[in-house]
Amino acid sequence: MSESNLISLAVTILFLPLVGFFIVLLFGKRFKHMYKLEVGIITVALFLSIYVGFVKLTNFVNDTIIYQFKWIDLGNVPSIGPLSINLGIMIDNVTVIMLFVVTLISALVHYFSIAYMENDPRFSRFFSYLGIFTFSMLGIVIADNLLMIYIFWELVGLSSYLLIGFWYEKKSASDASMKAFLTNRIGDIGMFIGILILYTNYHTFSFQEIFQHISNGFVPFGSNGWLTAAGILVFMGAVGKSAQVPLHVWLPDAMEGPTPVSALIHAATMVAAGVYLVARIFALLTADAMLVIAVIGALTSIFAATIALTQNDIKKVLAYSTVSQLGYMVMALGVGAYTFAFFHLVTHAFFKGLMFLGSGSVIHSMHHEQDMRNMGGLKKKMPITYVTFLIGTLAISGVPLTSGFLSKDGLLAGTWAFGNLTGHYLIPIIGFTVALMTAFYMFRLVIMTFHGEPRNQHKFDHAHESPKLMTIPLIILASLSIFIFYTPNPAAPADGWFYNWVKTPQTVVPEDARFNFMKSDVHNSESSTSTEVHGSGSENAVITHSEMYEHAMHHVHYPAMILSIVLASLGILFAFLMYHWKKINPDKLAEKLKPLYNLSYNKWYIDEIYSFLFIERLLDLSRFISWFDATVVDGIVNYSATFTRGVANVTGWFDTYVVDGLVNFTAFVSGFVGLSLRKMQTGKVQTYIVYVVFSVIIILLILRPF
Amino acid sequence: MVEVGLTHFLVVSSFLFAFGLYAILTRKNAILVLMGVELVLNAANINFVAFSRYGNFGLNGQLMALFVIVLAAAEAAIALAIVLNIYKTFGHVNVDEIDNLKE
Repeated sequence: MSESNLISLAVTILFLPLVGFFIVLLFGKRFKHMYKLEVGIITVALFLSIYVGFVKLTNFVNDTIIYQFKWIDLGNVPSIGPLSINLGIMIDNVTVIMLFVVTLISALVHYFSIAYMENDPRFSRFFSYLGIFTFSMLGIVIADNLLMIYIFWELVGLSSYLLIGFWYEKKSASDASMKAFLTNRIGDIGMFIGILILYTNYHTFSFQEIFQHISNGFVPFGSNGWLTAAGILVFMGAVGKSAQVPLHVWLPDAMEGPTPVSALIHAATMVAAGVYLVARIFALLTADAMLVIAVIGALTSIFAATIALTQNDIKKVLAYSTVSQLGYMVMALGVGAYTFAFFHLVTHAFFKGLMFLGSGSVIHSMHHEQDMRNMGGLKKKMPITYVTFLIGTLAISGVPLTSGFLSKDGLLAGTWAFGNLTGHYLIPIIGFTVALMTAFYMFRLVIMTFHGEPRNQHKFDHAHESPKLMTIPLIILASLSIFIFYTPNPAAPADGWFYNWVKTPQTVVPEDARFNFMKSDVHNSESSTSTEVHGSGSENAVITHSEMYEHAMHHVHYPAMILSIVLASLGILFAFLMYHWKKINPDKLAEKLKPLYNLSYNKWYIDEIYSFLFIERLLDLSRFISWFDATVVDGIVNYSATFTRGVANVTGWFDTYVVDGLVNFTAFVSGFVGLSLRKMQTGKVQTYIVYVVFSVIIILLILRPF
Repeated sequence: MVEVGLTHFLVVSSFLFAFGLYAILTRKNAILVLMGVELVLNAANINFVAFSRYGNFGLNGQLMALFVIVLAAAEAAIALAIVLNIYKTFGHVNVDEIDNLKE
């Protein structure tokens, strides 16, 4: 198995879902079972990615496999030299793990959808959309340059638009898809500008080459500030896709799509893309950019967590919890806990996919009831869904022995270490607060849905366990939410394979733009430092993170673990107190904290604020422009029309009287001359002879010699 | 006694030409027009002979006159034939009314 084989396998994995998309789209209507092709294709892709991952991680674990080809040759550009746009594929450990996660979740969502979407009139179309969604996401995962990421980024935007608005007959669904698309566009503008800043300076889109340039001390426009700006601008794309504050508004609305779509979008594909992008550009982020990212992530996580506390729609709670967890990952990237951010991305993909599919199972059996206030007691009716969902909930709450515990704990330790090193203690405080809230609202959800007495007897009576096609994906994902898949020691993620395979890439930004603890190595002498910076190319992006940070993380590992266990138990305890044992009446508590409750329940009025600040203003602007159009522009148009008509009248008159007059006059003159000359033509020979005689006489007179 | 000179001949021929032309222009009968043509031709003949006699041209003038007589005979034959045809077509030989070329 050589490296080029891996590349071709990766390309095969990439294009399989696209093939499925086209075939199912074209023939799905005619052949009812065409969806099976797409399901089969995704299964093949899943096995191929397992194989690719296996080969990569056993044979080439420390290599980054890159294949590039020239896409567009721009020739010899004046004042720059030969320029071309290359596309390429990069396979490193992060890529193969993502390949596996994406294809696995996608495949499970496919299976789940067969049962969930059973009676949908556009059944096969749904599968073709899933295909293009998977294709776009895989494209982002294997891209080795920003341009390709951008292309697939937009494809993800398109396919999310198609899927969120799948039930487009519903106004709310079509609105939500539009909202998702437009909100993402705002972030993408920033990303586009960021990419252009990098391209203007380095004339390449490739990550490796950009990192190489930066590590050679070549920063954009010769200033670290521009490097920071480029990092933040590219991160803006992630803000849109990964639903960070302030562009998170699309994600909760995106729940209007079918539930498997929510699982796919919120677990493995779209929102992960943003985090993945930040992870890809991690090496070029300056200290300032990282701080911005960390703060935005922290704000997002706490913000969404507070909203999730009071929502009653089962999918809305999950949606806000997704936003909150994404905030976690972004925050972790911002503080430099790269490995754990990515670890959390993977574990979150599994347990959030699990919970979305679980909620789909619940919604399916409750006949599209999504309000938790109408549920309750379902654990007897749906044991498999309940148990798997509970495992997911334990994982997201960070209960020991789950995958979520490992990643979340490491992530929180990372923020704490960051706080210790830089003094930004607000970030770990927010992180731990969110951990408490997460445990609370997730158990609130579980208790309201599965425990207690049924609140709506009629719906309860009709509830039933979902078919095997839906429960088996749940079981697979639930088992992947258990620690043993990641590490043999449930208390030390560092013992696991993940920690060995995903190493924090060595930052390439200039020394003076890094955090103190990110300086290449404080223990070494100055001279070796400089050789390290210039010598260590970024081709080898697996050099370990700075020792100081590792050390600090190690230092707070156990305190963070204990604290997060305590907080998670507290959250769970509160949830049981309020909703299970009913010792605390949630309604009374809400009454007491009315303003806070309202703020949370109404999602901090963000939609209203945006509506007031942007949408209304935009409408005002549109109204003004429409008025301007109707009066000024139309006025000018009408005036010029009138004016043209006036001119036309004048020319018309001129034409009729002057031009036609001239023509008629010419005709008249010819006619007149003809008429007069006609009289000479008598037809009488003798007249002619008279003419001849007189003519001869005249000629003779003229020619006379004397 | 005045000697008969070139001028006399020329005067005679001029008169002849004038009468012939007058006949051509005024007569309505085609035959009479033809007769006028003959007069004009003979006026020319007189000129030829006169110039031949008084000029220094040898016998060229007389020969030309002979040619003209032959030609006039041929012309008269053809012209009379035409007149005959005109008569057959129109029933008269009035040149004033034969103006079909006008249209």
